[in-house]
Amino acid sequence: MISIKNLHASVDGKEILRGLNLEVKAGEVHAIMGPNGSGKSTLASVLAGREDYEVTEGEVSFGGKDLLDMSAEDRAREGLFLAFQYPIEIPGVSNINFLKTAINEIREYKGLGPIDPKEFLALVKEKQKLVELDGKLANRSVNEGFSGGEKKRNEIFQMAMLAPKLAILDETDSGLDIDALRIVANGVNLLRNEGRAFIVVTHYQRLLDYIVPDYVHVLYNGRIVKSGPKELALELEEKGYDWIKAEANVEA
Amino acid sequence: MSAVAEKTLTSRILSGIESKLPSLYGDGHARREAVTYLQEKGIPSKKWEDYKYINPEGLFRIGEFMSNAPVIREVTELDVERMTVIPGAMKLVIVNGVFNPSLSKLDRLPAGITVKSIDDAVLSDAVAKTHFGKQAITTSDPFIAWNTALNIGGVFVHIAANTQCEVPIHILHIAGNEAASTWHPRNLIVADRDSKAEVLESFETIGPVKTLTNVVTEVVAGMNAHLDHYRLQVEGEAGHQVNTTHVLTHKGSNYTTHTYSLSGAWVRNNLHIGFADQHTETYLYGLYVLDKARVVDNHSVVDHSLPNCISNELYKGVMSGKSTAVFNGKIFVRRDAQKTNAYQTNRNILLSDDATINTKPQLEIYADDVKCSHGTSTGRLDEDALFYLRARGIGQTAARKLLVRAFVEEVVDKVPNEAVKVYVENRLDDLFA
Repeated sequence: MISIKNLHASVDGKEILRGLNLEVKAGEVHAIMGPNGSGKSTLASVLAGREDYEVTEGEVSFGGKDLLDMSAEDRAREGLFLAFQYPIEIPGVSNINFLKTAINEIREYKGLGPIDPKEFLALVKEKQKLVELDGKLANRSVNEGFSGGEKKRNEIFQMAMLAPKLAILDETDSGLDIDALRIVANGVNLLRNEGRAFIVVTHYQRLLDYIVPDYVHVLYNGRIVKSGPKELALELEEKGYDWIKAEANVEA
Repeated sequence: MSAVAEKTLTSRILSGIESKLPSLYGDGHARREAVTYLQEKGIPSKKWEDYKYINPEGLFRIGEFMSNAPVIREVTELDVERMTVIPGAMKLVIVNGVFNPSLSKLDRLPAGITVKSIDDAVLSDAVAKTHFGKQAITTSDPFIAWNTALNIGGVFVHIAANTQCEVPIHILHIAGNEAASTWHPRNLIVADRDSKAEVLESFETIGPVKTLTNVVTEVVAGMNAHLDHYRLQVEGEAGHQVNTTHVLTHKGSNYTTHTYSLSGAWVRNNLHIGFADQHTETYLYGLYVLDKARVVDNHSVVDHSLPNCISNELYKGVMSGKSTAVFNGKIFVRRDAQKTNAYQTNRNILLSDDATINTKPQLEIYADDVKCSHGTSTGRLDEDALFYLRARGIGQTAARKLLVRAFVEEVVDKVPNEAVKVYVENRLDDLFA
């Protein structure tokens, strides 16, 4: 699905990712954990194509194509989805219009005509149930006046609508109370299937109680310094990140 | 321009005006007063505070060619049809500054509506006589004076007391000539007490030759009258316009104006709201969308001279290319105007490095028990929002279009007439395509 090799990226001349390697196959869920400032969100942003970040070295292949060569919109059209840590409010653009435009732009990229309005509305109805999103929210401006939990649910709703091949969840658990967390995780679990992969970026283990990963990776100083099964997350929760830092610094 | 050259231009233009002074209607006093005013004050230049961002001499130059040459071609019913905004509206057609009854089709005027050519009305209609020239004061502005000196036509619309006019009234201005020309239409709209109406003015041009429409419109919103007044400025690439609109509001009235400056080379709007009584509500909405080297200059004055009135002004602009826009909104709250609620907002988006906006909100408050605010902002499209849209597969162009449309929506939303809204939205789709 996605293959990241020796990825180096910097922002404002400061190197954040320093040779990151990761291989994710269809159907897998990979959790990326790590202390603050380790480069977790940078990885998510670089993969999504945010232009503030400069890739200085390495390659990323997505579905056999060179991901780094693509614009942000083409990455999305190829099936990459980033659930934002801080979803943007866009006053004046309705959620519905936004999603319809997105779906039609993706369809056009694939050589398809616009989606049938009835089919679209049926899809909206079906998918907003996944995250228990109020129908009224779907008609409001994108994220405007949404609570933190509603914004995150809206991200998962958008994911469900766009049906990506690879979804990257950037700290989706941040700022959520336990009920909202459960709803969001439940939505994600319903979207898991053998053709779809997930990269779940999180600081805390608690999200992984609900979205159970196949692999856990620890990011530190811009590199993956430890990988393991889901139990690694529990170990991190118990022992914190200091032992990882110590290990990594010894190896370095 | 040197002093000598300026003097030459002024005298040339003034002698031009004098030599072409139309046969007078009324007592002719106003025309003489206008010429005297122009002689004394001279042609406005950039040195005039109110005209500092634009080149008013250039406009008077267009006026040098006030030719009596024939129009470029006959305006036809097809043209009028093509310029429809609201299907089924009453259309009052003004061609090159003169009301044209035959294109207007006035055979089905609803009860309570009077339509007359302005030159006829000021002689024969008591209501027109009462209100004509009372709001737009000749000696307050050179463009009003110029219009007063030379206008030969325009339209008088009277909505009688208690008339609920279901059919919108569309005043369609069409300009076009073989040679560069200036026209001075003059309109008077009187909505009497307890009446309700929608008046739409649209401004169009035919042909590629430079025109200047120097239009003066006086509006009276009578007691408890409810008036929606649309102004759609959609002239061609050589269309120039100075639009002076003076409104007088009476007790209990509700006057709303929607000004859309969507095309044309050059637009200057002088909008003035005056108060005859307490307890009035006035709403001023404006949208200007500019590209190329176009200029739109919006000046407004809301003069709260009496207590207990509400005014709310919201203007938005989107500028690209090398275009220039000006917003100068003055709100005066005079000493007696206690309990005034006056709000003003101007927001702008610049889509290119070479586009310019000069925005100058002015709030002068002399009363102490009032609620007033004004705010202005100018920026670019929000980069984070743009990235968010692109991260969902929406391309640059479509994403920018979505954001610009969202930005202008707040103004377009205020249009209660569905046909006008659709017309404006289609125009915007073309502009942002």
